Formats: sequence, structure tokens, C-alpha cells
Amino acid sequence: MPRKTTKKLIDKKGVRVDGRKPNELRSIMIKAGVIENADGSAYIEQGRNKILVGVYGPREVHPRHLTQLDRALLRCRYHMAPFSVDERKSPAPSRREQELSKVITWAIEPSVFTDRFPRTSLDVFIEVLEANGGTRCAAITAASVALADAGIPMRDLVAACAAGKVGGQLVLDLMDVEDKMGDADLPVALLPSLNVITLLQMDGELSADEFEKALNLAINGCQQIHMIQREALKTRHIAVKQAVEE
Amino acid sequence: MPTFFEDKQLVMPGDLLAEGGYAAGENAYKEDEKVFSAQLGLVDFEEKTIHVVALRSFYIPYVGDIVIGKVVDVGFNGWTLDINAPYAAMLKASDVFDRPFKPQRDDLSSIFNIGDLIVAKVVSYSRTRDPLLTISEPSLGKISKGQIVEVTPSKIPRLIGRQGSMISMLKRETGCHITLGQNGLVLVSGKTLEDEQLAIRAIRKVDAEAHTSGLTDRITKMIQKEKGGNESAQKDN
Repeated sequence: MPRKTTKKLIDKKGVRVDGRKPNELRSIMIKAGVIENADGSAYIEQGRNKILVGVYGPREVHPRHLTQLDRALLRCRYHMAPFSVDERKSPAPSRREQELSKVITWAIEPSVFTDRFPRTSLDVFIEVLEANGGTRCAAITAASVALADAGIPMRDLVAACAAGKVGGQLVLDLMDVEDKMGDADLPVALLPSLNVITLLQMDGELSADEFEKALNLAINGCQQIHMIQREALKTRHIAVKQAVEE
Repeated sequence: MPTFFEDKQLVMPGDLLAEGGYAAGENAYKEDEKVFSAQLGLVDFEEKTIHVVALRSFYIPYVGDIVIGKVVDVGFNGWTLDINAPYAAMLKASDVFDRPFKPQRDDLSSIFNIGDLIVAKVVSYSRTRDPLLTISEPSLGKISKGQIVEVTPSKIPRLIGRQGSMISMLKRETGCHITLGQNGLVLVSGKTLEDEQLAIRAIRKVDAEAHTSGLTDRITKMIQKEKGGNESAQKDN
């Protein structure tokens, strides 16, 4: 039986369900280099989202016929663990996961110099351990950190964040309930230094004016996330430096 | 023509390094007169060229490189080697024989078999063709003794040091013979197992702390301290 939410998504004071202000991100923690066996890896916690990313490559392409002679083949696999959501999710790749895998690949590919290592493949495995809305953005953010950690030549990091409309108001970084019960959702991926958008999706309804405001809000969120990505990559190497230089 | 980072500072992919009049060197790229970093690494300003020394990297073959490879397949007219790169390398049988070679007569697996480690030189490689190796030089060929250490390929120059200061110090202090493969594999062979293990520990330390200052001195101290420790331990016995 579907439960009815009696609670409003935004109260009179403009506070959201989880106590955030409309233009506030969830708390984000990123860690680089968490998997010893992968060439590069990252772990992100964004609110209640928990995502682990492993990067393998560049390596020989399997199956062989997928080889591209002028550039590397970038493949992402977005997968949700059976225990990542309230009701058990079948571990088989669903239609939604296949779509997200494609969309994430397209969002990341413009940032990678794939033409520098032709005839190879770069495999990005994204494992969603716990999902609470906005996983595609968190996955892109973490995958980009993992690629940088693997030492892959890149134009820029990719930071992703969603904006949207909830209870008639524009908000940043939607969580699960806000996405489902809200009016619109607008995930954006950005190359922050070059100011290039690599992913722009929209679901729901926004006026032209609201769209522009929401887009700017999302871009602002991406820039904040970019700072956290940089910190994550920095800490990994600074710790060693400080420990020995004392 | 401003630059935005100090020499040897840590940079991320996409960081704007300098504007106008600068050239993009290794691991950097240029767009509209602006030079950006393409890697997680340390900036290195060399006159008007800006390089980024990568902290993590993979090996891309380069003609003239000395590499250490492992035989993964024995074919009809040569061997396939894993040289720690995204591409498999070929070593032709005609390169090994000094007389005309006949596949019917010569058993290739009796020369190099699967699992053998070989020091070789890259003679040709391009974007469209896999690397080709040679062993027709005195220092090249099958490895018969010693141990292999794996380090990040971009840190091989650090392991050599300025004018070979680091590598000659390592050889002198540990008494080991050290062969550096540009592909990030290092062969260490010494008189005793202890010597080799000490050299390996030192190499691992260089790999982990390549981006810190005063490294050569610290490594020298570490080796001397451990050597001193070993000798006194032997006296006790």
C-alpha cells in the first residue's frame, strides 16, 4: 500500500526534509586510492549515497573487435548492489543501469585524452553500495577522481551535481524523496576549469526562466564539488610529503 | 605572462598553469594561449616550457627505451612479451639467431620460454603498430638472477636522480647491480639476499616519496642505518 507523505518537502522557513537550505549541498566525503588491485579508485559519500569506483587500464581491448584505431575505448559500468535500496534490487543489469552507464560514459569521455593511447580500453566500474537519489552525479564525480588517481591524462576533472524544483522552489542536490515527489530534476556535469557542460538532463517541468536559474544553481554546486575532488586527490599525496619532511 | 603555480607544486588535471607565451611540455596541454595540466603531478617550469611530472602513470613505449619484459607466448617466428604497457611487445627470432633461422629446425621455447624475464630495447613503436624489441646488445638478454621491483614508470627519472646521483648512490651503498627498465620494472641483483632486500626497500621508498625534497640524503641515511643494524645483529650471533 503506497504511503502518503503528509510532511511537506519544504517548510515555511524554507528548510528541506533533511534540514538543508534550498541552495545547500549534502555533506560530501571523497577518498582517492581505496582499492589496491585497481589502477585507480575512489569512494564517495554524498549524504546517504555510498559509491565505490575502480578504474582499470589502459589495457588491451576485450573483445578484440571493439578496438578503436584512433583512440582508447572508454567503458563505464554503473551497477547497483542488491542491498543499495529499500527493496532488494535484482543484481542483473536493468534498463536504467544500462542507460546510466552510457550517460556517464558520455559525460566523462570529453575530459579524457583518449587519442593519446589508441587501441586500448579504459574500464570504469561504478558500484553503488547505497543509493539515496542523485547517484548518477555522485558516480561521475567519483569516477573522475578515480581516473585522475589512475594517472590517466585528462583535460579537466568532471564534477556533477543536480538542481531541481521541489514544492515550487528551486533547490540544489536533490535527494531521493525530493526527486520522486518534486516537480523537476536537472542533473548537470561540468568541466570546472574549462567551463564546459558534458551532461545535461531534465525530467519534470521548468519554465525557461526557472531553467536558467536552476542551471546556474547546479553549475555553482559543481564548482563546490570540484573543490572537494581536488582536496581528495591532494590529501592522498600530501600526507606522505608531510610525514617525511618533518 | 603570468604563471599560477610555484615550481614543484602539486597540480590536478585542468589546473591553469600559465597564460601566454608558454609552451606545453609533458603532461600539459595548450588551449587559446593558456597552458593547463593534464595530470595529477608536480609542475616543472623549464624556461618557457611547462611540464607536469606525474605521480601516478602507466608506461607508453618509446623508441630507444630499455625495458624489462616477461615472455607470455612463444610463436612460430618470435616471442610475445608483456612489457607492463597497454600493448604486447614482439621479439623476433631472427633477432636472436646470428644465422638464418628455420622454424622447422629451431625450437624457440628452448631459448626463451613462457615466464622468462628479458631485458630488451624498443626498436620501433608507433600509434598503429605494437612495439618491437631487440636483445642484440651486450647488456640485453635473459635475466638469470636477481629480483624484480615494480615502481611507477614516471618515477624512473627520480630513481636515476640528477646526473645519476640517486642510482649511483644506491649501487654504491648496497653493492647491488641495478638495471632500470623504463617501463617501471627494476632488476636488482646482489651478492646476498640481504643486500638485494635492502636495495628493494630503498627503491620502494624512492617510489613512495618521489615528490618530497631532500630524498637522496634520506635514502642514504636509511641504507647506512639498516646496514649498520644488520652488521651488529650478525656480530651478536
